[in-house]
Amino acid sequence: MILASTLTTNLAILVLAGFIGFVVISKVPNTLHTPLMSGTNAIHGIVLLGGLLVVGLAGNDTFNKIILVIAIAFGTINIIGGFLVTDRMLEMFKSKPKAAERAEPDSAGAEREKGS
Amino acid sequence: MSTLPLATSFLQNESFLDVLYIIAFSLFIQGLRGLSGPTTAVRGNRIAAVGMAIAVVATLLQPSEGNWGLIALGLALGAAVGVPAARQVKMTAMPQMVALFNGVGGGAVLLISWAEFRRYGSTYGSHAITLGGVTFHLGGVPTYVAIFSVFAAIVGSVSFWGSNIAFGKLQEIIPGRPITLGAGQQIVNLVLLILAVAAGVDLIAGAHSELIFIGMLVCAALLGNAVVLPIGGADMPVVISMLNAFTGLSAAATGVALNNPALIVAGMIVGASGSILTNLMAVAMNRSIPAIVAGGFGGGGAVEGASGAGEHAGTVRSTSAADAAIQLAYANRVVIVPGYGMAVAQAQHAVRELTKELEKRQVEVSYAIHPVAGRMPGHMNVLLAEADVPYDQLKEMEEANPDFQRTDVSLVIGANDVTNPAAKNTPSSPIYGMPILEVNDSHSVIVIKRSMNPGFAGIENELYYDPKTAMLFGDAKSAVSEITAELAQI
Repeated sequence: MILASTLTTNLAILVLAGFIGFVVISKVPNTLHTPLMSGTNAIHGIVLLGGLLVVGLAGNDTFNKIILVIAIAFGTINIIGGFLVTDRMLEMFKSKPKAAERAEPDSAGAEREKGS
Repeated sequence: MSTLPLATSFLQNESFLDVLYIIAFSLFIQGLRGLSGPTTAVRGNRIAAVGMAIAVVATLLQPSEGNWGLIALGLALGAAVGVPAARQVKMTAMPQMVALFNGVGGGAVLLISWAEFRRYGSTYGSHAITLGGVTFHLGGVPTYVAIFSVFAAIVGSVSFWGSNIAFGKLQEIIPGRPITLGAGQQIVNLVLLILAVAAGVDLIAGAHSELIFIGMLVCAALLGNAVVLPIGGADMPVVISMLNAFTGLSAAATGVALNNPALIVAGMIVGASGSILTNLMAVAMNRSIPAIVAGGFGGGGAVEGASGAGEHAGTVRSTSAADAAIQLAYANRVVIVPGYGMAVAQAQHAVRELTKELEKRQVEVSYAIHPVAGRMPGHMNVLLAEADVPYDQLKEMEEANPDFQRTDVSLVIGANDVTNPAAKNTPSSPIYGMPILEVNDSHSVIVIKRSMNPGFAGIENELYYDPKTAMLFGDAKSAVSEITAELAQI
């Protein structure tokens, strides 16, 4: 299939990505909906790319430069903050079945404290 | 570029950079697939983060890239704010945090669209610019780029302001109760939407005015405020998830305008995720999305609830921590029903201690989690995971409900509306039809609650007047700790 233009190519990507999104996200269990929300939240921080692209182009006056720096900062907060916070949350979910099997919860707690 | 011409030209080859973007979005998809289970989720999130890093590197390698000082400044500012915020936020404050991160994402989209518009010469149509004394006539941007840019600007602006209001409400900077303009609210919203779209159409048609663009942003900003302010605390999770979808879609639109596949794919995935979650929550509350967005629910009915309280014939039986401890100690099966009250009081660790104490006495303990317990879907799971509760003890509503009949004691900790039998029995109730945790089926119920104040829906809970229910008034954390202390002495 050869698409007529950049626009139609991009629209094809857009539509396909929408369907893939629905399939992938439908498989996420309720338990993980908060991390899912904050994880996908981090992913839309990808607008950072837009800021990075536009700031490099010619024809930006001072005002544009200021708002683009803010946009880049916003995008970075979104990405870094989002991924870190999701990681923190998911770490808590990890290795929980082991915790249930541990014979001595106290020593397990001590271990964890040492680790952190 | 002069020192390493070969390497540089290879790295800046357009196809090579496109391949990097393709790798990046594949990693996003693969990462999200990891979120299908708790054991693979951490890795999944990191895979997605690697994808993001690759996408950023690919962008920085673009031949057109420049202004490195500004880029470094923006990245440094973002990291300086984002890292400590993410490290320090308490798990109970997660809904606010997500709202805030969502807001900055929307803000970035709107600022980028604005900067792009100004760079084109404050018009999407043809225009003349003068560079070094020579005047050039530029043909304007393709119409579709203008359409997607305008869409991104409007939706990004709505998302930015809406998310900030949601953050303010959850953080209790702004009152959680609905703030509305009354009957005119819907008309005001509609007028704002029409004005924003009209300004956008004017711009797409080639209007040469930055004022129109700013007017459009202002209308969209007011719309974002006007939509979220009337929505009550109980509906906040739905709003956050919806705004999440909005930011995703606006990012995808920016991707089409800038011809960047990574942005398109990532934006659409987020859009899909936000839409699915919004819909799931609406179903879990038995309300339609338009009805939630129309707002006014949650606190609006408090007046009726308050007058209804006086009419209530039943009496409320209150209990003490010592009695509750005895009741729990001699039960075979206990189900704990956590709600936002547990989150506010940060009682999750105390609850875990209580569970351990009960398990020592061979009491079978599990947790029943309502899909909209807390202020975010899955919020309770995160808090209990933080307190090291094994996730096989957490039961979802469908799984938990049939088991209440053989449950000796249901311990409700700071949950309210999601346990209200009125949702099943009282057709006139505002929450009628909402799926609930059927704790009233268990042999006895202990409710830990600060006061008799109604929950977010602003309605009385019949459960509290049930003869088999005992109320233990107090802060969730101290009440649970007291029960644990009493248990230890039995």
